[in-house]
Amino acid sequence: MSTVEVNEIAPLLTVDNLVVEYPSKKFRAKPFRALTDINITIGQGETLGLVGESGSGKTTLGRAVLGLAPVTGGKIIFEGQDISHATRKQRRTLSRDLQVVFQDPYTSLNPALEIGDILAEPLGVQGMEQAAAKKRVKELLDQVGLPSDAIHRLPREFSGGQRQRVAIARALALSPKLIVCDEPVSALDLSTQARVLDLFLQIQKDTGVSYLFVSHDLDVVRHISHRVAVMYHGEIVEQGPAEIVTRDPEHPYTQRLLLASPVPDPDRQEQRRADRHRLLEIQRQQTEQAGALA
Amino acid sequence: MSDSVETAAVAATVPPGQSGTVVRSTVLRRLFKNPLGIVAMAILLVIALLAILAPVLAPFEENYSNIAKTLAAPDSVNILGTDSAGRDVWSRLLFGAQLTLLSALLCAGVAIAIGLPAGLIAGYYAGKFEAVSNWVVSILMSLPGLIVLLTIRAAFGPSVWISMIAFGILISPSYFRLTRTAVQSVRNELYVDAARVSGLSDWSIIARHIFSVVRAPIIIQTAAIAGVAIAIQSGLEFLGLGDPSKATWGVMLSEGFKNVYLTPTLLFWPAFAMALTIGALVLLGNAIRDALEDGEKIKHRRKHLSAATATNNRTTAAPAAGRPSRKSVAVGESGSGKSQTAFSILGLLPDNARIVAGSIQFDGNYTVAPGDERVNQGRLSKLRGKRISYIPQEPMSNLDPAFTIGYQLVTPMVRVLGISKDEARKRALKLLTDVGITNPERTFSAYPHEVSGGMAQRVLIAGAISCEPDLVIADEPTTALDVTVQADVLDLLRELQQRLNIGVILVTHNFGVVADLCDRVAVMQNGRLVEEGSVRDILRNPKEQYTRTLLASMLEGKTPMSMLVSSQKEPVA
Repeated sequence: MSTVEVNEIAPLLTVDNLVVEYPSKKFRAKPFRALTDINITIGQGETLGLVGESGSGKTTLGRAVLGLAPVTGGKIIFEGQDISHATRKQRRTLSRDLQVVFQDPYTSLNPALEIGDILAEPLGVQGMEQAAAKKRVKELLDQVGLPSDAIHRLPREFSGGQRQRVAIARALALSPKLIVCDEPVSALDLSTQARVLDLFLQIQKDTGVSYLFVSHDLDVVRHISHRVAVMYHGEIVEQGPAEIVTRDPEHPYTQRLLLASPVPDPDRQEQRRADRHRLLEIQRQQTEQAGALA
Repeated sequence: MSDSVETAAVAATVPPGQSGTVVRSTVLRRLFKNPLGIVAMAILLVIALLAILAPVLAPFEENYSNIAKTLAAPDSVNILGTDSAGRDVWSRLLFGAQLTLLSALLCAGVAIAIGLPAGLIAGYYAGKFEAVSNWVVSILMSLPGLIVLLTIRAAFGPSVWISMIAFGILISPSYFRLTRTAVQSVRNELYVDAARVSGLSDWSIIARHIFSVVRAPIIIQTAAIAGVAIAIQSGLEFLGLGDPSKATWGVMLSEGFKNVYLTPTLLFWPAFAMALTIGALVLLGNAIRDALEDGEKIKHRRKHLSAATATNNRTTAAPAAGRPSRKSVAVGESGSGKSQTAFSILGLLPDNARIVAGSIQFDGNYTVAPGDERVNQGRLSKLRGKRISYIPQEPMSNLDPAFTIGYQLVTPMVRVLGISKDEARKRALKLLTDVGITNPERTFSAYPHEVSGGMAQRVLIAGAISCEPDLVIADEPTTALDVTVQADVLDLLRELQQRLNIGVILVTHNFGVVADLCDRVAVMQNGRLVEEGSVRDILRNPKEQYTRTLLASMLEGKTPMSMLVSSQKEPVA
């Protein structure tokens, strides 16, 4: 994609030495550190894929950018403005440019509201008039490939993939510059996942939006990202162009992750399995040697 | 892989373009369809109308007394007779309805006005406000209600209104707790987060997204509380603590009780009115609750119906899958009936599922004979656990958090294999070692919440092979796990299957897992078997369009950033 080169000049989002800690429930206990010294940048029209296992902090990073997780240290700079401790009022202005698509399309839409009302909500917050909002909602439904009669239907009348389209339409409503996508396809079936990924790519092509794309699936991240960052135990252990990180990784964890993902062919999978066992053996020996030296 | 161990896979899916058109019926409409609801509402409406129109309908003033005509029997002037002071019972009943209903409303109103906002704020913001209000609520709830009411009566005199306001305050914790719990359950929902990201103010979020959750329970609660308020208020007056200058049902009850031997009907009418009102309120509450839950019920029924079809087709199509020393693997997307297939072999279909046709054989014996409508539990319970075992999808929700892992492994072995506890313990520790747990002693005495998801799945696998089964049914055993953990669990399953020579039916939606573990694949869609064959045939030369679509959706080997399916012009997912 040609967009990669353009954005190197002025990053849209810069995360600088970010630390996120959650206070411990126990009295005077040490707080739980979810993220340690995170440094990432996302350019305009660029997708940064964020991959890692459950509990690695990848979702927390997305939430910190959105202002849904407490920032203990470091800075989050969006379009030159420090937003790490933005107030609700600043967030309201910010929401025009910074949006979100969550993992679970079943709980990210209020079951009691009609699709039209859900999509009009961010428009109303920005003070758009009802007639204009209605027109925009129709455009959005069209953009994500949903029928226009969806306006007066409830979320439960739609399948998981369709709900995720509604969530994407809501994120697009204000034509944002960056969308944080928190595992947006992991709750979907394989063929639905493929369609939703197509939609994400199409939207980026049409609008030039940037994505922070969080996923546990290396295949998904490879498919959609320009650059990939790998998270492990609250730290970014590897970062670089998607092609390199997802095909020829340097960090032992990324190497394990790559070989753990099974391929849909019995013979190639047997090969990959053997490679994986070899890699695990080598890594085990290295750890032992390191232990012996220490 | 040895000859005796064969692997097959079943892949299945719903068409991605499926869009459900659910007929929407409002709660109110469902309420009107419920005869109980209609009757309750009609009764309340009549009573309310009588109360409102009391000044018009009542032939006498509430306290007008005719000394010459006390304790009279019903006649054309006093249609329900008169009381000991010669007052008209019918008139007093009407005026009493007015006061009684108003006081019940006042009580519920006060309770809502205090409990609802406090509950909303405490539930949404948590923190200090919640801590303080919890203290206040605990104090209020620990007060003996009747004694407080008696004290207030002594201090402020016999006013219905004051006692009902006091009772409203006393009962407000019930609204507070209800609201707070409901709000807490949605506070962290993603749609509330999405609203925050949109910059909605807290008040808008509460009004728009949170209040709708508590609306229904509040209505139900109010019906119940109004009934309680009527009972309490009448109880106070019955004890002679009410205001004798006002006609209420409680005062009338008290009056009737004094003259119960002279004119029993005096007691009957207020009691009847109260019973009718309170009963109608309770029934209305039930009817609203039913109306709210009704929608859910219909959905469940529909689901089971389609699942039954799936089961039926699957069993006729692949009867060999249930024999020992064979391994079949089911692959497919959600809703295709692959899990229901596994459940039907285990005899765990829901009660309302029917087997329409087909049979299931296990080791040459029918567990579902041709013509059977349901799984024969007698035949199956001898097999389940002993010869057929099960590995579920969600490792965490399938271990009981109240018991240690060791206890949950030992108990079935003692029961099924008939061995002693000591022996079972030794076996359990060996099994834990076998499934690759490095410190089996510690895991044995741990509770499920103390181990990781991958570890829990290993424990469940240990449990599944503990009674030396011939067939293991694994329903998406790696879907809930991280990819690196999934690879370990697959390695474990392969190794165990080869070493113990057991049959495995694996249900999965992941073709990578299929390639890793299986010899034979069967593809399922909408409860039907689409295609069946060896794993190489199916994955390399799929014959059916459906299988091809599924394989085309795999991301492995695709050019990054290319469109996957959009060029095919298919319906929206």
